[in-house]
Amino acid sequence: MSSEYASAQAGEPAEEGGGGAREAAAAGRRAGPVLELVELTRVHGEGAAEVQALRGVDLEVAAGELVAVMGPSGSGKSTLLTLAGGLDMPTSGRVVVEGTDLTTASRKELAALRRRSIGYVFQDYNLIPALTAAENVALPRELDGISSRRARKEALAALEEFGLQQLADRFPDEMSGGQQQRVAIARALVGDRRLVLADEPTGALDSETGDAVLALLRSRCDAGAAGILVTHEPRFAAWADRVVFLRDGSVVDTTLRSAAESLLAGGAAQ
Amino acid sequence: MSIRHGLLALLERGPRYGYQLRTEFESRTGSTWPLNVGQVYTTVARLERDGLVVPAGEDEAGHALYAITEDGRDELRRWFATPVDRTSPPRDELAIKLAMAVGSPGVDVRAVIQSQRSHTIRAMQDYTRLKAQALEEAMTREPGVFDADDIAWQLVLDQMIFQAEAEARWLDHCETRLIRLAPRAAASARPDTAAAPAGESGTDDQAGSGLPQGSARNGGLRGALRRPRR
Repeated sequence: MSSEYASAQAGEPAEEGGGGAREAAAAGRRAGPVLELVELTRVHGEGAAEVQALRGVDLEVAAGELVAVMGPSGSGKSTLLTLAGGLDMPTSGRVVVEGTDLTTASRKELAALRRRSIGYVFQDYNLIPALTAAENVALPRELDGISSRRARKEALAALEEFGLQQLADRFPDEMSGGQQQRVAIARALVGDRRLVLADEPTGALDSETGDAVLALLRSRCDAGAAGILVTHEPRFAAWADRVVFLRDGSVVDTTLRSAAESLLAGGAAQ
Repeated sequence: MSIRHGLLALLERGPRYGYQLRTEFESRTGSTWPLNVGQVYTTVARLERDGLVVPAGEDEAGHALYAITEDGRDELRRWFATPVDRTSPPRDELAIKLAMAVGSPGVDVRAVIQSQRSHTIRAMQDYTRLKAQALEEAMTREPGVFDADDIAWQLVLDQMIFQAEAEARWLDHCETRLIRLAPRAAASARPDTAAAPAGESGTDDQAGSGLPQGSARNGGLRGALRRPRR
């Protein structure tokens, strides 16, 4: 890597996340990053078949922050997301979600954390076809053990907050792809969840609809959630506060967006 | 960019004075291409010389007004009806830089690509934030109110995002192609055809960095840039 990278990275102000900390304080939640990946390494296979999917990746995502992860196929993007969500365990390193280390947590703690703190959004929406939008959003809360009446109330509130109330009683096949994905984001963030992990959530959508999905994800992060978005589409990664580039399992570069004041000063648009 | 036709389009809506033209031009394009008032007056003077606009008296405040002529309207109609010429693309510094980087001893092409990709995506992040703001502002207007300036600005931002996206995708494509060609290029580079020693960059990337000279002959970026421009 050229020394230009090093200086570019060192020169970046470490101000991003300040807004997130503010949001967290406003919401009365614990300070510090929602997600912390420390020296994360994942090796698949052994001997000659050994593949280093991730090599010592460090990443923090604060409340209020949306981080995009980009990289060619095989660069480790999906592995990173799987590890961050506790769906797989690293070979070494730590995954800390809301202060709990997933690598040392008991099976029961891990299951609870996956259910209560982490929301997932997938490329193919993964809504349950036999349930309405409201029932889909209520489902994770019911699994959390709250009454179905309360779960439904929370689901309707979440849909309304996301501007999706008109979809509440529709079944997935009565919704467009973009609508389904927005409902899936509502489901990922219902209740107290504030970490959302999105794997190519715009994969099957056109650019305008994809933008609408990203605008929703962005607004949820602005409201205090923390998000990781894995995508190979620059246009969608551009909604993030930070874009992390992976190559061969390592972070090779990170870009921050500019400070708001400088945006219209003529530097951004030429 | 055609300031000339832009100003004609504004004048078609009615007589305007110089400063007003500048303000309206900028609110359409979100100050993406800032105009100074001198440029506006020079352009209006040329339009007048060409018979496309005429002086139209003064407003109450004493500003000198200009109005579009019938010839001006014809010119404007022609402009809208004619596609913007793409057959002689402007020289693109990035394309030239990558074309030169391939096979240059001591240049890590993938590092060149990555540094540009970071820069381009950062610009996209900035445009996207401006777009999010623009969409939010548009939401605050009363439903059904069609504000042409709002929409024009969103379209201009989208254009910048799409262009940057095209560049980022092209960079991804270049990188993938270089990775794929690297082993073949290394195998086919013979001492008598390779002008420079292979793989000088000295990074520990297993593929793609410091391509040998032979790779340029295997296609790579060169084919894309071979289009004759005479």
